[in-house]
Amino acid sequence: MSKKVRLTAPVTDDLVRSLVIGDQVLVNGIIYTARDAAHKRLMELLDAGQELPVDFKGQILYYVGPSPARPGRVIGAAGPTTSTRMDVYTPTMLKLGLKAMIGKGKRSPEVIAALREYTAVYLGATGGAGALISKCIKAAEVVAFPDLGPEAIHRLEVEDFPTIVINDCHGGDLYDRGRREYARLP
Amino acid sequence: MRNIGVQAIIAAVKDAAVKANYELDEDLLAAFTRGEQEEESPAGREIFRQLLENARIASKERIPLCQDCGLVVIFAEVGQEVHIDGGDFEAALQEGVRQGYREGFLRKSLCHPFTRKNTGDNTPAVIHTEIVPGDRLKLMVVAKGGGSENGSKLFMLKPAEGLAGIKDRVVATVAEAGPNVCPPMIVGVGLGGNFERSALLAKKALLRKLSDSHPDPEVAALEQELLTAVNDLGIGPGGLGGRFTALGLKILMQPCHIASLPVAINIQCHSSRHQEVVL
Repeated sequence: MSKKVRLTAPVTDDLVRSLVIGDQVLVNGIIYTARDAAHKRLMELLDAGQELPVDFKGQILYYVGPSPARPGRVIGAAGPTTSTRMDVYTPTMLKLGLKAMIGKGKRSPEVIAALREYTAVYLGATGGAGALISKCIKAAEVVAFPDLGPEAIHRLEVEDFPTIVINDCHGGDLYDRGRREYARLP
Repeated sequence: MRNIGVQAIIAAVKDAAVKANYELDEDLLAAFTRGEQEEESPAGREIFRQLLENARIASKERIPLCQDCGLVVIFAEVGQEVHIDGGDFEAALQEGVRQGYREGFLRKSLCHPFTRKNTGDNTPAVIHTEIVPGDRLKLMVVAKGGGSENGSKLFMLKPAEGLAGIKDRVVATVAEAGPNVCPPMIVGVGLGGNFERSALLAKKALLRKLSDSHPDPEVAALEQELLTAVNDLGIGPGGLGGRFTALGLKILMQPCHIASLPVAINIQCHSSRHQEVVL
């Protein structure tokens, strides 16, 4: 039976362990954004032995590149981008202590194994619901790599951002389970 | 000859690009409503509910439907009796895109292929121009998201693989794309032509009304068969499992070389954004 959980950073291992696929997770508080270009920059800083602009320990990372905010607004549309493209960077991010990621789409076997190893969780948000999700974002500021525009790292303050557990730290995969449940084999 | 000024073209493209990012077709909204009523999976019904709510907020509060405001593709049908007045036609189309993305608060998502430097104004749009009879200028402005484009494929099959090979590739492409391409998706299939034409046919197929079917009954039957096959995969809305993996599957076809069987599959996310304007 899936349950409804509120999630706020810093996220504890105990809380991550309690989450199973299909659980509805309402994300609250501070989350960070990063997509392709920001991840690449973070890896370059790590390779050069430099300090990262954000301490990801216990944090929640959202894969999003928002559209520009209209004057007086906090942000534009802000739905998830495809997480698969970040797979190559994710084990490193989890090693740094990142506890939860929000995106859409499948994760690699390496990421699913790393979720288990580092006790972390992958949450899905509804792809293509950028206007709806933007309503959950109460504050936004760029905290690193402003030259990357929509790909800069933003710190967002969110309220009841609706997500669902896609991959838990026990090896579960909601996409697999959902598909098996509804597939009709020829 | 009928004169159409480039200023009118710029304004038309700008308005269409903005409108496409804030308003969905009635045709598509009706498909969401049907999905919300008919989807068996509770999680899938919830996705349809969110998509309807998303469309309502986008239109009412002027927030783009999706943060990925797309790469713009313009299909221009230029009547052969039209004279483009006062400037360069393609430059006018690009300027319309530039103004629309700037003034419409739309995300600029185009970059250099390997330095990844953003072009800053969402140009260049991909433009396909056809000369047609008449004295009108028809512009179909499409805002195509990157996630669904990434799930698209092109195969040069051996003729021996035939219809079974076509079906196999279409279903396998949708299966592989799965939750990554923002299902419920729309699948455009281009059959025949050559390498580049099959891809163009697949993209054009995405612009057909969801409710229509191909005029050739044999192709219409294949569309229906393939739509059932992809929906039987069980991927469902949001990839969470369900009956509605695709809202539509459309085929465009033309003859090909006796040595070839090109099959292109262009995937469109549920946020199928396009606007047509006739000058």
